[in-house]
Amino acid sequence: MRIESPLREEAVRELRVGQTVSLTGVVHTARDEAHARMLELLRQGEPLPFDLKGGVIYHCGPIMERRGDEWRVIAAGPTTSARMDGMQAEVIERTGVRAIIGKGGMSRPVLEALAQHGCVYLAYTGGAAVLAAKSVKEVVREHWSDLGMAEAVWELRMREFGPLVVAMDCHGGSLYQEVEAKVNAERERMLRVL
Amino acid sequence: MVEETVVRLMRTATTTLPVDVLAALERALAEETEEIAKAQLRTILENIRLAEEGRVPMCQDTGVPIFYVSGLWDEGLEAGIRQGVARATREVPLRPNVVHPLTRHNTGDNLGDGMPVVHFSPPKGDFIEIVHMPKGAGSENMSALRMLNPSEGANGIKRAVLEVITKAGGRPCPPTIVGLGVGGTTEEAAYLAKRAVLRPVGRRSLDPEAARLEEDLELMLNRSGVGPMGLGGRTTVLGVSVELAHCHTASLPVAINLQCWAARRCSARIYPDGRVLFRTEGFE
Ligand code: SF4
Repeated sequence: MRIESPLREEAVRELRVGQTVSLTGVVHTARDEAHARMLELLRQGEPLPFDLKGGVIYHCGPIMERRGDEWRVIAAGPTTSARMDGMQAEVIERTGVRAIIGKGGMSRPVLEALAQHGCVYLAYTGGAAVLAAKSVKEVVREHWSDLGMAEAVWELRMREFGPLVVAMDCHGGSLYQEVEAKVNAERERMLRVL
Repeated sequence: MVEETVVRLMRTATTTLPVDVLAALERALAEETEEIAKAQLRTILENIRLAEEGRVPMCQDTGVPIFYVSGLWDEGLEAGIRQGVARATREVPLRPNVVHPLTRHNTGDNLGDGMPVVHFSPPKGDFIEIVHMPKGAGSENMSALRMLNPSEGANGIKRAVLEVITKAGGRPCPPTIVGLGVGGTTEEAAYLAKRAVLRPVGRRSLDPEAARLEEDLELMLNRSGVGPMGLGGRTTVLGVSVELAHCHTASLPVAINLQCWAARRCSARIYPDGRVLFRTEGFE
């Protein structure tokens, strides 16, 4: 299934855990430091230099290469989303972002924020950085370059970026919780016979 | 010569995967029955193909550089390695990942105090051997050291590993390679665990007890259901390698080092006549 950003709330609310989608449109990369700076500005009532309403945050610190005055993406796989756990719910609430792409999943408060504000968490295969770079059609802009290549916010226009697995939806569904429950049961079973 | 060799080692390691790892990933794809798990492995294999074709790093986390060098130490050797790291960072290009541990200031060239990590050992022959492993943070951060009670024995080791791998879930980018350093002292166990990760997938320890532990753990961990990227499935690990050292009668150190599917490594031998041989599967 194909989805396009900017995303409408109704489109996001239709997505269910386990579905696979590909994304076309703009995404903003953001890691720990970008999340911290977003909140610092937003809490002071300052605007962000980019608009995330209906947008997509991609947990990613890419390798970029400058050719003349153009930037080119060399590798852009996802980073571990859990590092943004403490900030994500507030970022969703304050920006109106509709999708988060990352790896490894996020905490329960984030799952609750997804439901409350109409946002989804999409899992992209960890390390699949060249495939992701190939779906970047344009490096639109760089924001906060002072944070360094990996932590800066890169505004990227993607075409058919995926496969992305709907891993946490806005109905309280989480593939990670499902897997974790099974894994824990299996672990306890194995531990009993050791 | 050393600088040139290091640049090529880093380029080869970050852009291609050793055949044993590739074969293990193909086997994993054949094992999986769930569509989501299969899709993860297909994406990984397609990504590896694209990286090799375009000669670009397969993952944006090109890690921190680790080198195992056997040869006579001299300042030229160490300087050559450092120059090679800085050059490879610009030319491949690699992501500058090295920061001050407290200020988090990025040095920009993957060099720093104690970085790259270089382990020297005496020469094995008339050549200099350099083994390189770029180590990403996702898997490294899930690694652990346990000082077990000796009476816990092999079962205690299994419990510890099972706990670490199931709690790590998708974070180390499974399917992973698990390296175990069993015995020695704290630092010896950690060193051995990382050396274990370098062993080609599927090659068993020569010690029969260690080999049995490897087999048992592979079965258990793949039964756990974590699966590729922690999204569920039958292949949580590509392999488990155990390296042993004798230890104090009152201790049982166990170091667990995780390596993601991007199990990158490359070795080179520099001969006195100037020939340089490169191998991703390592030298015997
Ligand atoms: S754990 Fe490995 S594959 Fe995953 S992002 Fe880090 S280096 Fe890449």
